[in-house]
Amino acid sequence: MAQFPLPADAAPAEADDEVLAQIALSRREYELACQMLGRAPSDVELGMIGALWSEHCGYKHSRPLFHHFPTEDERILTNLGEENAGAIDIGGGWVAVMKIESHNHPSAIEPYEGAATGVGGIVRDIFAMGAQPIALLDSLRFGPLEDRRNRRLCVGVVAGIGGYGNCLGIPTVGGELVIGDSYSGNPLVNAMCLGIAPRGALISATAGPPGTQLMIVGADTGRDGLHGATFASVELDESSAERRPAVQVGNPFLEKSLMDACVGLVRDHRDWLEGLQDCGAAGITSSTVEMAERANAGIRIQTQHVPRRESGMTPYEVMLSESQERMIAAVKPDHVADVQAWFEHWDLHAEVIGEVTDDGIARVLDGDLEVAAAPVSVMTNPPAYEPYAERDADAASRSEWDPSSLPDLEPSAANDALLRLLASPNIASKRWVYRQYDHMVGTNTVVTPGSDAAVLRVRGLKQGLAVCTDGPGRAVELDPYAGAARAVAEAARNVACSGARPVAVTDCLNFANPERAPIYYQLSESIRGMSDACRAFHTPVVSGNASLYNESEDGPVTPTPVVGMLGVISDVRQAVRMAFRDEGDEIWLLGGELDQNASTLGGSEYLAVLHRKSAGPIDVDLEAEAALVETLVAGAEAGVLKSAHDCSDGGLAVALAESAMAGEVGVVVEIGEVERLDAALFGESGGRAVVSVDADQAQRLATIASRRGVVAARIGTVGGDRIEIGRIGLELATASDTWNSALPALLDG
Amino acid sequence: MRFAVLVFPGTWSDWDCVYALEDLGQTAERVWHRESSLDEYDGIILPGGFSYGDHLRCGAIARFSPVMSALERFAATGKPIFGSCNGFQILCEAGLLPGVLLRNASLQFRCQPQELSVERADTGFTSACEAGQIVQLPISHGEGQYFAPPTVLDELEDARRVLFRYSGANPNGSVRDIAGIVNPMGNVLGMMPHPERASDALLGGTDGNYIWRSMIERWG
Repeated sequence: MAQFPLPADAAPAEADDEVLAQIALSRREYELACQMLGRAPSDVELGMIGALWSEHCGYKHSRPLFHHFPTEDERILTNLGEENAGAIDIGGGWVAVMKIESHNHPSAIEPYEGAATGVGGIVRDIFAMGAQPIALLDSLRFGPLEDRRNRRLCVGVVAGIGGYGNCLGIPTVGGELVIGDSYSGNPLVNAMCLGIAPRGALISATAGPPGTQLMIVGADTGRDGLHGATFASVELDESSAERRPAVQVGNPFLEKSLMDACVGLVRDHRDWLEGLQDCGAAGITSSTVEMAERANAGIRIQTQHVPRRESGMTPYEVMLSESQERMIAAVKPDHVADVQAWFEHWDLHAEVIGEVTDDGIARVLDGDLEVAAAPVSVMTNPPAYEPYAERDADAASRSEWDPSSLPDLEPSAANDALLRLLASPNIASKRWVYRQYDHMVGTNTVVTPGSDAAVLRVRGLKQGLAVCTDGPGRAVELDPYAGAARAVAEAARNVACSGARPVAVTDCLNFANPERAPIYYQLSESIRGMSDACRAFHTPVVSGNASLYNESEDGPVTPTPVVGMLGVISDVRQAVRMAFRDEGDEIWLLGGELDQNASTLGGSEYLAVLHRKSAGPIDVDLEAEAALVETLVAGAEAGVLKSAHDCSDGGLAVALAESAMAGEVGVVVEIGEVERLDAALFGESGGRAVVSVDADQAQRLATIASRRGVVAARIGTVGGDRIEIGRIGLELATASDTWNSALPALLDG
Repeated sequence: MRFAVLVFPGTWSDWDCVYALEDLGQTAERVWHRESSLDEYDGIILPGGFSYGDHLRCGAIARFSPVMSALERFAATGKPIFGSCNGFQILCEAGLLPGVLLRNASLQFRCQPQELSVERADTGFTSACEAGQIVQLPISHGEGQYFAPPTVLDELEDARRVLFRYSGANPNGSVRDIAGIVNPMGNVLGMMPHPERASDALLGGTDGNYIWRSMIERWG
């Protein structure tokens, strides 16, 4: 006899290859499910298991690696993976809540709606916890913009992010735009959201005790987004466009009302609720089953009670629809009417669609018919895989290539090299992007987009929050461990340049098909590298998302772990920006020498732009990086730093030029005899930052740095209207024109 | 002064306006769009946002909200009404101000600091400025291109009802660089820029306070 009897009114599902392919379940996984159930699943059960066991929901290939991540310290209030987002105590009675998530596949097919609903989903993760979303960031990757197809994706994605985010009244304050060959046809669209709440005011995504009523609120349920979680878990191919129905359509206006209503409900009437959860990937299935799992309970869902926007929907479609802007509230039985009345104020309808049970079974009813009755524990325990891992031979040999085998940059070509780098879309001003995003609404954006990190104030709190994202894919491809560690280091440096101490990380792991050895090597080594770096900065990983199977006909994407970093500034009035300020200020280089070895060109933007080469060694010194972070934070807290900017893409010369262009003031830096001119100007050795100080504060800076074992040297002066860096000599206006016009020239018209 | 800050579904600059006014020592209350009386207030703010998701046209649905008839009565009393961004769009849709706001000429959303010239300083909204002064207020809109037929524009100009014009590059293609206008009585101002985003030095500017201070001086 079956361990768990078939639902009363269902037959075992057909499970031919076509059915299994549609839900991306392998034959072995199907057999495993049968074994766990003691029988074959029904049609609805199979759909639910397929969705929950998809890579997107089940993290089959990444979960076994998560134990590497440091996840705890005294500030962290949530356990990794147990809630919709991670929560961090930021002091003063407030907590920050954050998460980053991908919407890569939908954006590849339908860039506007794909990106828009990516924003919608990540925002719901934040307000599902009862936190008020206060900032969005978007980390974007596209193929070369000379290609019309990639331009269309970029323009559409940026418009979609703006179209949705702007309507919500949440400022989009930062992110990245990186162009690389491998992203053609498989763009990466990662959205991060930051929220805040008073300490003790968060709500969990649990179902509560038996008898708790499950209510759906927000949009009616349609057939849109069916199998979206599955779609996110397979490679893209020529038939992917036919998956367009798997891409949802967003309604940001509805989301805004839903957000205001939910945040207000948790703030004012948390006692009416047991839990709150958003309906994301796999819709009602994943939200209710995961809530039941957290409560160690069962659920009974009546699909006839789910408000629909289409007629004739089957229970299967209702359970697996990914219609946007829906939330599930677990409501105490006595407060169902209260909750309904609360949502009515926003013209939102809340309906009871089920309840929590005590038998651990996820039951689905279609009127009087029982169509699913499988244990929650089966649905939420997909198999985990640790495939064979082996480093890609080509990447390994490229990482061993010695950049000193290239002839050095001719001094007479230095100006041209800088201008070409400033015109590279990876370095060029991103104003074309961020002026399409409302980055000021909420009147908390103290440092607006364009600096190393965005800084937000929390009204009534002395502390400020700094946020940024970083994901140096090229370095990760060459050396997954060191490259991923660099991603964390760069992010830590960026928040530290704004004066903030890094406190926590959220990460989005964008990789190709992990079933292949070189990809699994990239994934597992990246996680190890990020983990070690997070330990070095004392920044636990509090939340994240894995997006695997990022491949198109053109091949796999460059491995791109994106790190979202949160930092806390002890006094928001001391936030530091990238821009140079006053004539005569001294410019100091922290964390390294002017003279650099050729190896620092490994994986650099200089090699990519001037030599069309992605090769060379990737180094990272976490101890030195941590000391630099400490120096920057201490310098900001002492009020010494007038500007700070890290040396990353394009090295020292680009960092100096960017600070000058942002401040609309010139720069004069001496570079004497150096071993390699290219490495001195454009080498990307980590752990360095360019700061400016009042001349009479320079000694204090030197003391702060030396106490932390950080090399500090005065290298030049702010002033004039030219960029003079050793053999580079340019009008500031020429550099600015190049830097400002590069993206509009590629993307407008 | 006691201000009502009107809130429609989709409004998002409501709190920003409340804070800006409170920071100047005023009372400001968020008032839900279903309210039918505004008699107890000394001034009304229509903040920015996407009321009703900009469905149909910006402000086209909000104008049918219950609070709008109270707003029309309020306008007739001569007490001040200030609409920014979506608030300006609603005032135009409701017929309290002439003209319409079209999609930006660039067809893209624009969020950036913007210089404006103050056309006259002898009004209830600009008395803290000097005529011809350049102020900097952020803009943030996708549909801010002011348009009206030439006869209406000439009427506006003749009556000196254009209070703000974009200075430097016109960010949205507005006809005659118009950024803000008043009604014939001079007590209803609509403008696309956001003074509440320039009311705090920490955020990089305080020019928005010129408008609040002028209103408080004239009507407080």
